[in-house]
Amino acid sequence: MLTFKSRPGLVVYVTCGDPDLATSRAVILAAIDAGADVIELGVPFSDPVADGPVIQRASERALKSGTTLHDVLALAGEIRKARPSAGVIVFSYLNPILRFGMERFAKEAALAGVDGVLVTDMTVEESATYCEIMHSRNLQTIFLAAPTSTDARLKKIAAASRGFIYAVSRTGVTGTKLQSDVRGDAEQLVKRIRKISKLPIAVGFGISSPADFRAVGEYADAAVIGSAIVKIIEENGDSAAKAADAVAQWINSLKSIGSKARA
Amino acid sequence: MSKKTLTNNGSKSVRAKQVPGRFGLYGGRYVPETLMAALEELESAYAKAKLDSKFQKELRGLLTHYVGRPTPLYFAQRLSKHLGGAKIYLKREDLLHTGAHKINNSLGQVLLARRMGKKRIIAETGAGQHGVATATVCALFGLECVVYMGTEDMRRQELNVFRMRLLGAEVHGVDAGSRTLKDAINEAMRDWVTNVRNSYYLLGSALGAHPYPTMVRDFQSVIGREARAQILKAEGKLPTAIIACVGGGSNAIGIFHEFLKDKKVKLIGVEAGGRGLGLGDHAARFAGGTPGVLQGTYSYLLQDEAGQVATTHSVSAGLDYPSIGPEHAALHDTGRAEYVYATDQEALEGLKLLSQQEGIIPALESAHAVVEAAKRAPKMKKSEVIIVNVSGRGDKDIGILRENLTLS
Repeated sequence: MLTFKSRPGLVVYVTCGDPDLATSRAVILAAIDAGADVIELGVPFSDPVADGPVIQRASERALKSGTTLHDVLALAGEIRKARPSAGVIVFSYLNPILRFGMERFAKEAALAGVDGVLVTDMTVEESATYCEIMHSRNLQTIFLAAPTSTDARLKKIAAASRGFIYAVSRTGVTGTKLQSDVRGDAEQLVKRIRKISKLPIAVGFGISSPADFRAVGEYADAAVIGSAIVKIIEENGDSAAKAADAVAQWINSLKSIGSKARA
Repeated sequence: MSKKTLTNNGSKSVRAKQVPGRFGLYGGRYVPETLMAALEELESAYAKAKLDSKFQKELRGLLTHYVGRPTPLYFAQRLSKHLGGAKIYLKREDLLHTGAHKINNSLGQVLLARRMGKKRIIAETGAGQHGVATATVCALFGLECVVYMGTEDMRRQELNVFRMRLLGAEVHGVDAGSRTLKDAINEAMRDWVTNVRNSYYLLGSALGAHPYPTMVRDFQSVIGREARAQILKAEGKLPTAIIACVGGGSNAIGIFHEFLKDKKVKLIGVEAGGRGLGLGDHAARFAGGTPGVLQGTYSYLLQDEAGQVATTHSVSAGLDYPSIGPEHAALHDTGRAEYVYATDQEALEGLKLLSQQEGIIPALESAHAVVEAAKRAPKMKKSEVIIVNVSGRGDKDIGILRENLTLS
């Protein structure tokens, strides 16, 4: 289920198979237990043009361990069984899904219990058939909205979106630190989307500290944390248990500050 | 947009022909949302410039007086005699300022960037010819120029790296993947997505998201317009065949485009056969690729079973790329153009052949086209004509040639 239990809700991104699937599984379960509402299962890709160095390196490690879309769907099934109420999204570049076959992907993702799909390089203009196939399997289609998106584009994005809208905090690739003037960019974007859509809005790209997380909660429904988590996995990748503990601990620090802010 | 494109099930009619930026099933726009507004802005600015006689006049003037157009269509008499068949003509893009066809496009796009008020130009380069051409036009107009280049390509085309820096460009090495053109484009796209508000991405081939494949083709199609008029003047008829090398495919689409309606003219694209047809050993997309999406466009792509993009190899950096311009994919599927490949070894021999028969040292890329002409000409009638597009000159390749050629 794609619902956020508190504000801001927490969406956690993990590159699957980095450095192996067992680590991803342990980290994801720990993240859910620590309070993540939604997990984005990242499908590694050879040419991640929207990603900064941290997720690029994770992709390389995951490909080196032989991770495929098929493996990611199997992992999704395990997560669904172990934690029935967690939100599960497949987060991918388009080509691995095309090669797998879009209809086959939708069918197998739905069978595995996946809630939604986000395809980084699927623009709303090209998405009619994609949306039709995903919606026919009850998969939510999540699209990115960017600070550079015009209002006309935001309308198209809102119309194609299901579940929530992913607002990109600033121009740039994943993982680069937020700059102080960027909050304005993200907040402005969220305000523009609110005028057009009633869907929840998650803000992502560059959110790496409890302060960032808390700030997002003031104007958006959820925060997506990717590179910061992937970096913890990178630093603790020698042991699945160690990586899972480190991620859980980091999320706990985030959440405790988040709830303090609400109190 | 079209069902068939993305699912390959063909259950709905393909509306592709009406959609701008589609070539049959291929092309389109697959990029992170952050870039979409910039692509829309570019599309609209280009559409206006295309119809603006002032823009076209400025472009034509600079192509004539700065770049050196028109280029000759030269009858290679000695080579033709040596091969003993068809008459071979060479379209001499190697004689252009900076030494290759790339500047036709760099100049057109830089004029567009100026109209759009962009002061910072980003480019990728493989062999370095597009990087040099872009650094050159940026120097001409006093614009900041940032070029991304794979470190493997920097090694094998070091002369061009020096030329770009001399022209005032900032050259960034890219140390990912096979450290070649594809990886340079990834990094250029990451720069663009970060600095999209003040930067113009000057893509060097007929690749990428719409409107690049169309716009780059338009700027390069001057090659075919000239060649068609020149051959009619020289021979009083159209050629039997036109042969060009195909990396991304800009020189090929540039010379093919004006002849598309002349159905009897065979259009032949020559890909890089590398050291063999195992995945990773070549860049012959039509010999080993399947449709897929890379760097914004849907086209033939060298990829593995899981949809990961394959590494490629070619002795020529300019052909060393796993995908191909989407218009070529459409021309391939309709059969209007034919695509073959030449191996590294053949290309080296083709380069030597043209050098020693005509005193023209072609780029290693262009040498792939020479190889195909040498294979076909002997089987053709003496009254038949072949045009080979000599897309660039070989000076940049001297280092590689020294490593790979033995001269008696």
